[in-house]
Amino acid sequence: MTALVTIRIQQADFDIAEEIVTLTKGRTDVGAVVSFSGICRGSEGSETIAALTLEHYPGMAEAEIARHAETAMSRWPLTGLTVVHRVGRIVPGENIVLVLTASQHRQAAFQAAEFLMDYLKTNAPFWKREESAAGTSWVEARNNDDAAAARWTKS
Amino acid sequence: MKVKYFAWVRERVGKAEETVEPPASVRTVGDLIAWLARRDDAYAHAFETPRVIRAAIDHAHVKSDTMIAGAREIAFFPPMTGG
Repeated sequence: MTALVTIRIQQADFDIAEEIVTLTKGRTDVGAVVSFSGICRGSEGSETIAALTLEHYPGMAEAEIARHAETAMSRWPLTGLTVVHRVGRIVPGENIVLVLTASQHRQAAFQAAEFLMDYLKTNAPFWKREESAAGTSWVEARNNDDAAAARWTKS
Repeated sequence: MKVKYFAWVRERVGKAEETVEPPASVRTVGDLIAWLARRDDAYAHAFETPRVIRAAIDHAHVKSDTMIAGAREIAFFPPMTGG
């Protein structure tokens, strides 16, 4: 069966169960689905977060995710994958991002999901702005996210 | 060529996109950053720390020594914080 790759950027929330059904419906070659959801936290250290606003680069964001999806598909024996990234204003407790990976066996699904998230964090053109009592500020990139992405290129 | 700005680079420059005609001496992404930074105080502020600025040509990441000849769209933005 052909692999099923779904990539979406949207303002609306997503339904994880529905997305899993879409990825697995009608096929008998899937033995494992790994699901990662990124959720908006209500605090950052001691600071209370009122909301995040996500900006993206339309066109490039889709292209960049597609490039990493292609790499994941060639690197692991996946039957399919789904990436949904939300943009706009998101309040604590709400979903931000979903990565689903499906394969015959769990190892490929776990590894591909982690690979996709590590690259989404550092290479997909999205930016978070944080609203708190102190005002609004752009979230700074974390060095440990770069390190997490870099480990996939080590031999 | 069309130039786009995102996140705090966009805020500092004061616009999301524009069309620019740099002189022939501006050959690389780094040259273009230096040329833009000389335009006025807003651009100077946006590009004051060139090493943190990320760039893309026609929707693909590039480094500062990449040649800009033939580019349709160049984007400048801070390190990404999605996911």
